Amino acid sequence: MTPLSRNQIAWRAAQDLVEGWYVNLGMGMPVLAANYAPKDADIMFQSENGIVGVGPVAAPGEEDLDYVDAGSQKITLREGAALVDSAMAFAMIRGGHIDVTMLGGFQVASNGDLANWDAMIPNKGPLVGGAMDLAAGAKSVWVVMAHLTRDGEPRLVEKCLYPVTGVGVVDRVYTDHAVIEVTQEGFLVKEIAEGVSRELLQSRTAAPLSFAPDCSVINAPDLS
Amino acid sequence: MIDKRVETVEQALDGLFDGCSIMISGFGGAGLPITLVRALEATSVRNLTLILNSIRFIEYTAPSLFTDKRVAKAICSAARSPGKEPGIYERQIQSGELELELSPQGSFAERLRAGGAGIPAFFTPTAVGTKLAEGKETREFNGQTCVMETGLTADFAILRGQTADRWGNVAFRGLQANFGPAMAMAARTTIVEVTELQEEALPPNGSHIPGIFTNRIIQLPDER
Repeated sequence: MTPLSRNQIAWRAAQDLVEGWYVNLGMGMPVLAANYAPKDADIMFQSENGIVGVGPVAAPGEEDLDYVDAGSQKITLREGAALVDSAMAFAMIRGGHIDVTMLGGFQVASNGDLANWDAMIPNKGPLVGGAMDLAAGAKSVWVVMAHLTRDGEPRLVEKCLYPVTGVGVVDRVYTDHAVIEVTQEGFLVKEIAEGVSRELLQSRTAAPLSFAPDCSVINAPDLS
Repeated sequence: MIDKRVETVEQALDGLFDGCSIMISGFGGAGLPITLVRALEATSVRNLTLILNSIRFIEYTAPSLFTDKRVAKAICSAARSPGKEPGIYERQIQSGELELELSPQGSFAERLRAGGAGIPAFFTPTAVGTKLAEGKETREFNGQTCVMETGLTADFAILRGQTADRWGNVAFRGLQANFGPAMAMAARTTIVEVTELQEEALPPNGSHIPGIFTNRIIQLPDER
């Protein structure tokens, strides 16, 4: 049984991006997806601090303090990029102009609730950033996360225990174990990592799973 | 003759008073008015309400605003310090010495824009069903539940731009704009530090904030 690496999860999610889309990538694993977007597809990555058309991370020595993305990475712009202020960047998000946002997650519930902003760490202050705007405003919300917590607890649950970011917002989840759609009837497994049985997947998921008739094995390239 | 240029940081910050509200632009260091924030720290004003995206950069730039308990309230989308240990403002939030109003970043940006445009409140789906909508009025529009958010105004806004002219028109570089244009509209007195204060007027379609929204412009080197 070989769960996907972080890069492979990001690669798998990136394979579902479509030519012409405007895409917002959250911090952490989601932002890795930019490295694996189909090479011949024209896709615009948006960043909520005011970029449409984020390019590669700046090369060492080429960093410019005025060119940062929402994760404070020093970035470059791609051809066709535009820079705007925060109000307009969030109008893109809240006004339904972003085709998909990929977000990290602590938990996803079978009704599509997402918890990804408040880990309830004692003595640490809150940080919400743009998570709630993205969850509520993007046309599609894809969550990219490990299937289990570090302690081996399921992250796919009946009901989120952490404070939610949005209610019924998640459309799809990419984990190291599977690709799962969130449907009216709950979690629907579309693809499973090589060597992961349906029984094992269910035992590591705290909500009922159903399996698509064409449920297949994820065939990820070696990206270690 | 309209001439918004000032020579010294004391002139730039003239009129600050105990209990005033101050908007501070900046995202990941881009557009952060570092010299004016340090000059604010060098004054003796206290009981401040700070309206800004993230407390972290202000505390880093002007720590005594917090160590001397001069900030009474913060309205922001991020109140988390780096590292695992609680920082000074996290302890003050926990003890209640510092009142915190956490706003989703897009709602925050729109609250600034609304405040500057004479819109006292608006409804948005962002944050519905979450902790950040608790206690707020909700209404249904087109079958979607929305929460009421209020517009923000302030006594002062301080921003960083790249270029300005004596009429107070301001142009940005890279990702400097972020919350600046909306804050300039929302504050009664807007103060902008710029890298270059030029003799000739900016081209009519070459500025990002028209001078009608700014009050004082000061040329200051980039001290990042």
